[in-house]
Order: sequence, then structure tokens, then C-alpha cells
Amino acid sequence: MEILIILGLPLLGALLLALFGPQRFAADLNAGISMVTLIAVVFLVMRVLQHGSILALHEQFFVDSFNVFLVALTAFVGFTTALFSRPYMRIEEQRGRLNAVRLRLYHSMYQVFMAAMFLALLTNNMGLLWVAMEAATLSTVLLVSLYRTRASLEAAWKYFILCGVGIAQALFGTILLYLAAEHVLGREGMTALLWTHLNAVKGELEPRVLGLAFVFLLVGYGTKVGLAPLHNWLPDAHAEGPTPVSAVLSGLLLNVALYAVIRCKILVEGSIGTYLPGHMLMGFGLLSAVFGAFFLWRQRDIKRLFGYSSIEHMGIITFAFGIGGSIANFAALLHMTVHSLTKSSIFFAAGHASQTAQTQQMDGIRGLASISPTIGWGLMLGSLAILGMPPFGVFASEFLILTTAMREHPWTTPLLLIALGVAFAAIFRKVQPMVFGDSDAPPLSHSPALIPVFLHLAIVLMLGVYIPFVLAEWYRAASLLIGG
Amino acid sequence: MHSPYMITGVLNLLAASLLLISFAMLSRRRTQRLITLFAWQGVVLFASTCLVGYRADLTELYYSAALTLLLKVIALPWILHRLIHRLGVQWDSEPLVNIPATMLVGLGLVIFAFGLAQPISRMATTITRNTIGIALAVIFLAFLMMITRRRAITQVIGFLAMENGLFFAATSATYGMPMVIELGIALDLLIGFFILGIFFFQIREQFDSLDLSNMESLKEE
Amino acid sequence: MSAITIVRQLSEVVLAIAIAPLFGGWIAQCRAWLQSRTAPPLIQPYRMLRKLFHKDAALATTASPLFRMTPYILFGTMVLAAAIIPSIATDLTFARAADAIALIGLFATARVFQSLAAMDIGTAFGSMGARRDMMIGFLAEPALLMVLFNAFLLSGSTALPSVVDVRTMHSFFVDPSLLFAAIAFLMVLLAENARIPIDNPATHLELTMIHEAMALEYSARHLALLEWAANLKLFNYACIGFALFLPWGIATQGRDGGVALAVAVGALLVKLVLAGAVLALIEALSAKLRIFRAPEYLAISFLLAVLGLLVHLLLEA
Repeated sequence: MEILIILGLPLLGALLLALFGPQRFAADLNAGISMVTLIAVVFLVMRVLQHGSILALHEQFFVDSFNVFLVALTAFVGFTTALFSRPYMRIEEQRGRLNAVRLRLYHSMYQVFMAAMFLALLTNNMGLLWVAMEAATLSTVLLVSLYRTRASLEAAWKYFILCGVGIAQALFGTILLYLAAEHVLGREGMTALLWTHLNAVKGELEPRVLGLAFVFLLVGYGTKVGLAPLHNWLPDAHAEGPTPVSAVLSGLLLNVALYAVIRCKILVEGSIGTYLPGHMLMGFGLLSAVFGAFFLWRQRDIKRLFGYSSIEHMGIITFAFGIGGSIANFAALLHMTVHSLTKSSIFFAAGHASQTAQTQQMDGIRGLASISPTIGWGLMLGSLAILGMPPFGVFASEFLILTTAMREHPWTTPLLLIALGVAFAAIFRKVQPMVFGDSDAPPLSHSPALIPVFLHLAIVLMLGVYIPFVLAEWYRAASLLIGG
Repeated sequence: MHSPYMITGVLNLLAASLLLISFAMLSRRRTQRLITLFAWQGVVLFASTCLVGYRADLTELYYSAALTLLLKVIALPWILHRLIHRLGVQWDSEPLVNIPATMLVGLGLVIFAFGLAQPISRMATTITRNTIGIALAVIFLAFLMMITRRRAITQVIGFLAMENGLFFAATSATYGMPMVIELGIALDLLIGFFILGIFFFQIREQFDSLDLSNMESLKEE
Repeated sequence: MSAITIVRQLSEVVLAIAIAPLFGGWIAQCRAWLQSRTAPPLIQPYRMLRKLFHKDAALATTASPLFRMTPYILFGTMVLAAAIIPSIATDLTFARAADAIALIGLFATARVFQSLAAMDIGTAFGSMGARRDMMIGFLAEPALLMVLFNAFLLSGSTALPSVVDVRTMHSFFVDPSLLFAAIAFLMVLLAENARIPIDNPATHLELTMIHEAMALEYSARHLALLEWAANLKLFNYACIGFALFLPWGIATQGRDGGVALAVAVGALLVKLVLAGAVLALIEALSAKLRIFRAPEYLAISFLLAVLGLLVHLLLEA
């Protein structure tokens, strides 16, 4: 029941927003729908707490410890982003960068995007997972090009083509998976694509076909995760789209794509019985982490900077999943959570910062702490959090990942340390003058929505000090499931 | 006439013509020719899907064949034709493509695809299993076309051709995915296509041309 | 070697020599129809030959014996090629003696002599034509070989008659690899016979001509022989195509009595009529390529033939 609400409500909302879009209350409606979705998710979570994993609607949907916290996270960040986007988009509209018609598109597509992500997370069907991922891409393409500037069109085109090609590879992988599964499960009953069934028989699936399928699936969904060298679309899309879109892309979509990869990894590793998938994840992850970190140095655009930071962090998470084992998986899941919260709050702050300075170029953003202390400190704290300063949660997860890597694969430690060090120096050097220093820019016309920023950062802080028992249990159960 | 040998033979022939059309697409510079070739690819897909459906006695495959006919032979090429007329680019041809080199790379890709498909073919039990390699080759060739061409419409045709290859792979390896998934894929394809159509107009409005070499400003300096 | 074999062989060669100009005339006629012109009569090529044979030959003062010998050598090689190619029957004296690779060698010999003769006089056009012809030949030959390999793989022999025998014995079914090979072959045929995408046989436009440039210094009976040899070459290529891709109707070994031969001749004529129409259609529909595009064109044909091989290897695996 909750699942139907979670999936149906955003779609209904999208329809409503498309019909009554140009009204003043559209932004509030958008936030309201997100809030009701969040409440439905809370009920779903309570159900899972009571009954454990759920299979619903002819086994087409399921919730287990691995996806339940991601669903909650998605709903939560979706809601706070909707809150943030109210004043943000109003300011954009006042400045003439957007008009009512485009705002209607924005609100409507925002909800479609949320629905697609929920579908991807909740579905038990690997085929539907693919369809949902593609739908998520399609709905965000128009969001990235919302400003209709040359740069945003270019970014959206790149995003579409690269992710389209990537997702086509993933489809081929899915076909191969189906081919292998059909042998064991048969065509009848349509169970051959259901993850729970596949997981039950994964030992019998033909290893060579599954190995090949994994390569395609990893490349396909990996493009959407933003793994190097398939990351090209990511910084552009993050920089040129509206800030709320950057926040949900970075905070949610990347997670969902990685979730798809890990689901596949569980099946494949069970089938081929070697660590090959894990090693591939480690390779891609390490490359992305190092690559992302070094590219941070060369950025001038604030949103691009944090786009590359997302590549780096997704790399670290992927690497941790690649190592496998309960501790690394635990750390990766934790890092997924804290990265999502921190990065979206950074984008909120950065969005308002560039609105204040009227430019996204970091050279033009100065003295945020004096013009608008909340924005300035939000950006500063967010950056410190993402850089892994204790006591924020990112520190805890990165520390766990590092120590595990040191024990399991010592040769990777220097690379990881270099990546983290370079990222630290690059981001800190760039954020510091933006926050401090002098400026004569006027403050924003609407009071910025910074409750989300501090709310996210507070949760991240809490996760650094204390992980609630429930969450820890989920992480532990999911870690066992992922194995490796 | 209806011997299984015969049907397999005809299917092989259709698969080969699919590959041939892919190569023809690589070697054409005119946008309009590409659209015609794309439509032909749809026709071949339709025929092969029908044949596989007949041979394997699966009604679902007739539905997906009908979907193919409707979408890929009639709707999409028609819209593409309308689109290029509206955009006034029907006589556009693509400069600076080294076609023999592209085809040589394509040949390498075909060999690679065949090698990759070997283990899959050995496992599949469908009558069309030998054609999986060809399906994979079609996917790779479409990918190659997208990489080498600089025009927006050509890239889209490459994208659609890639989808054709995937569809063929699904029919030849597994007699097609479950119908729900198939419908979802078709829907995604259609929506994606419409979004691209909107894009064409936006791009032209901003850049006065559909040449993507204008769109290279977002780089690391 | 029985007498009947010799009779078959002889009749095939005579038939080839006799109807080769007719084939050229038929293509010209189809082209004229497609271009809405009044077509020249079918026997125009014969009248042309007769006129040329009745004239006195004029030779350049610098012409060497090679120049004078070349028309005869060309005509001779083409007749020999016609004897090797199984156009109506497979049990032929010559066909057993030389396989298809030797046949390509024969065509290459003709090309060498023609190019040498074209350069012999020392005019600019002659050597330009020779150069271009060599370039096209150099690119077309590998493509042709690849096409032949496709057929060889299917039949397990490099001799054209056995290819025909094997192909007619099996079902009417077309192997996928032959689809690629057929298109590649058609492209080679057009290029090798100086037809439209590469050369235009109907013009004397100085800068674009290839075949005409080489025949520029010849007159009278020499020119007649050259033209006849060119017609024979086209006819031979068409017959190679039939042998590889449409072998039905050819009298195969053991079934080559008088009736079978008559059927074979009929089938050949039908195929020639159709092939001529198709060639004319292709020529009417396509535009001549710039000479710089010729390598691209032939490279594509080569790649198609290689692709045919690959497809064969994969689908049979």
C-alpha cells in the first residue's frame, strides 16, 4: 500500500503540476507532495521495522535492509530540496532566468524524477529497474537544459547521449542476465528477471554469461554513477542545470545508479564465485577517486568543483564496495548516506552563494560570511564535512574505508590518501576565500532557505558521533547481503 | 519449404542484412539516406521477429513485431523526415568523415563482437543463437557512428540504430524480454525521441546549426 | 578429353565473342530509355566494329611493336578468360586447367599490357589514364579476390566450375555471406569495367576519363579489337557474377546434353538481359565519383567482402 502511494503520488503530483503549473502555489504544492511522499516512506519504514523485508504486488516490488534506507534518504532529500527550491527558484524567476512555463516544466519533471528513482529503488524486477533508470535520465535531461543557454543545452545533450549510450549497454547486460536466468527459472511466471528469485538461484546461473553481463551492466549503470572514465557528463550537467537539480543528481541519482550496480554485483559474484566483479569495482572506484581529486584543482566554477567532488566520493564508495566484507560494505553504505546529505546541502549553499554574487565563477564569489553569514557558514561547514573533518559522519566512513583498505589491499592506501589529500587542499583553498574576505554585493531579495542545509549537516554530524541502532542494523544486514 | 533449416537460413540472411545496413549507415553522409536506411533496418527487424515468433510459436513476439513495425518503420522515420524538413536540413551531408578508416574500425568491432558473443551463443538454445554476435556488432557499429559523426540528427539515428541492435539481441538470445519490459523500453525510446526532437529546435535556436562541433565549449581549460 | 567437351568449349567461346557486343549495346539501350532518349539500335556495336575494321589504321610515328601487339593480346586474353569462365557449362577443357585465381592473373596481364601501350606513345592523356587504371586495378583486385574467397569457402574449391557444381547441387537458398560478396562484386564490376561511379564510358571529358584516355591513340582495327575486348571483359565479369551468385541454369557436369546446353544458353540470355537492365539502372541512379573518392569506394567493397567472410565463419560456427 505504501509502495503504491510512494510511486503514485509523485506521478499524480507531476500531472497536477503540469496542469496548474503557472500558479503561485506550484512551489508549495511541489514541497507538499514531497512531504506526503516522505510521510508515506516513514510508514513504509515502520512496516519494515515491524515485519522485516516486504515483497508486494506479485513480487514485483520489495523492500529489504539494503534499499529501505535509500528510499528514506531519497524521500528526505527530495523533500528538503523541494523546500530549498522554493525561494531559490523564485529568485531565479525574478532575475528573469526562468519564466512561469519553464517553472511548470521544472516542478512537473521534478516529481517524475522522484517517481522514477523510487521505482528504481523499490522494484524487484531487473527489467523495470532499467526502465526506471532510463526514465530518471529522460526526466532530468530537460531539467539540465532548463535555462536554455548554449552551455546548458550542450551539457544536456552530452548528458543525454552519454547516459543514453551507457544505459543501452546496461540493457544488453540485462538481456544477458535474462538469458542466463531463463535457463534456470524458465520463461513461465515471469520470474526470470525478479531479483529475489535470481538471488535464490545465483549459484546455478551460467558464470561466463553473467561475467559478460556484469561488464555491460557496470559500464552502463557506471556511466550514471559518474565513474571515470565515463564521467564526462557529470560536471557539465551539475554546473549548467538549476541548483536543486544538481543537488538531487549528486545526492540521489548517483546513489540510485550505484545501488543498481551493487544489486547486479551480488548476483554476479554469487554466480561466478570469484572476486572479479569486486576487483572491477575497485579499479573503477580508485580511478574515479584519484581522477576526481586531481581535477578539483583546475575548476573555476563552484558547481563544477563540487561535481568533481561527487565523482571522487562515488569513486571511494565504489571502491569500498569493491573491497567487500562486512566492514567495507558498512562503511560504503554509511558513506552513501552522509555523502548524499552533505553534498546536497553544499549545493544548496553554493546555489545561494552564486545567486548572491550573481556568478558561478569562484573568482567572483567573495566575502560570503560578511554578506550573508548563514550561506557562508553553511558552505564552510559543508565543505569541511565533505572533506572528512571529524566529527562529521564522512570522517567516520572514510576512516573505516581507509583502515579496511590498509588491511586488505595495502597498495591502494597511498593512492586513496593522495586523493583525499589533494581534494582537501583543492577544495579548502577555493572555499576559504569565498567565505571570508570582503565584498560589496547586496544580500538576496528573498531570505534563503537554509534550514535544509543545517538540518542535513546536523544529521551528518550525528552520524559521525552516533549511528542509531536501527540504521546500524540495516547497514549490517545489507553488508551481509552484499558480501564479497 | 517450412523446414527448420530453411527458417534458420532465412534468419541468418536477415541478420546479415541487418549488419549490411549498419555498414551502409556508416558509409553514408546524407542525413536523408540514413533515415531511409534506419527504416529498412526496422523492416528487417520486423521480418525477423515475425519469423522467430512463428518458429518458436510465441504470440508475444508478434506483438513486439507489430510494435516494431509501428514505431520503427512508420512513426520514427516519418517524424524524422518531418523534422529535417522543418529544420531545413534535408540536404545536409556530413563533412570530414574518413569513411574507409571508419569502416575498418567497424570491421575490427565486428570481429570483437563475434569473439565476445561466442560464449553466449554456446549457451543460448534459441534457433537464432548464431546471430547474437551480429546483434552485438550492430550495437557497436551504431556506437561507432555516434562517435564519428558531428551532427545532432546523425547521432540520434545512431542512438536509435543501437536500440535496434539491442532489440535484435533480445529476440535472438532469449526470444524477447517479457512484454512489460518490452513496453517500458518502447515507451522510454519514444519519450527520449520526443525530447531529442525538442532539443533540435532549442539547439538550432541557440546555435543556428545542428552541427555539434559548435558545442565544445564545456571543457576543462 | 572427349569430342563433345571440345564442342562445348568451342561453342561457349564463340557464343561469348558473338554476344559480348550485344550485351554492351543492351546496357546502352537501357540507359537511353532511363534517360528518356531515343535508344540506338541494339546492333549498333556491331556496326561500329564493322566500320572500324574497314578503315585504315593510323599509327603514331613513335609507336613501338608493343603498341601494335596490345589490341591482339587484350582480345586474346579476354577470349581465353571467356573460355575459362563457366558461362553455360561446367565441364570445360580450359576451365579445368585454370582456377579463378589464374583468371584474375589473366585480367591483370591484360591491364599491364593496356597500360604499357597507353604510355608507349608518350602523350599526357595516355599516361594519365594508365596511372589511374593501375590505381583502380590495384585496389579492385584484392576486393575481387575476397569476393572469390567467399565463394571458395562455400564450395571448398578455387575452381569456378566446381563452385557452380556445388552451388547448384545444394538448395536454392542464398547464404548470408554471399549477400555481402554480391554487393562487393557489383562494386568491383562497375569499377573494373570503367562504368559510372568510377568512369563514364560515354564521354571524352579529358580530366575524368580513364578507359577512353588509354584508347585515345588507337584507330581502325586496333580500336575495334580494344572495344571488343572491353565488351568481352564486361561480359566475362557478368558471367563470373552469374557463376558465383546465380548459377542456376548452367549445365553442370553429368547433365550437359544438348537440351541442357540449350536451357543454359536460354538462362544465360535471360540473366544477361536482367543484369544489363540492373547495371543501367545503377548507372542512371548514381553520380560519378571524383577520382579521389575511388579508393574509398573500392575500400568499401573490399571491406564488404571481408565482412562476408566473417559472417560466414560466424554463422556456420
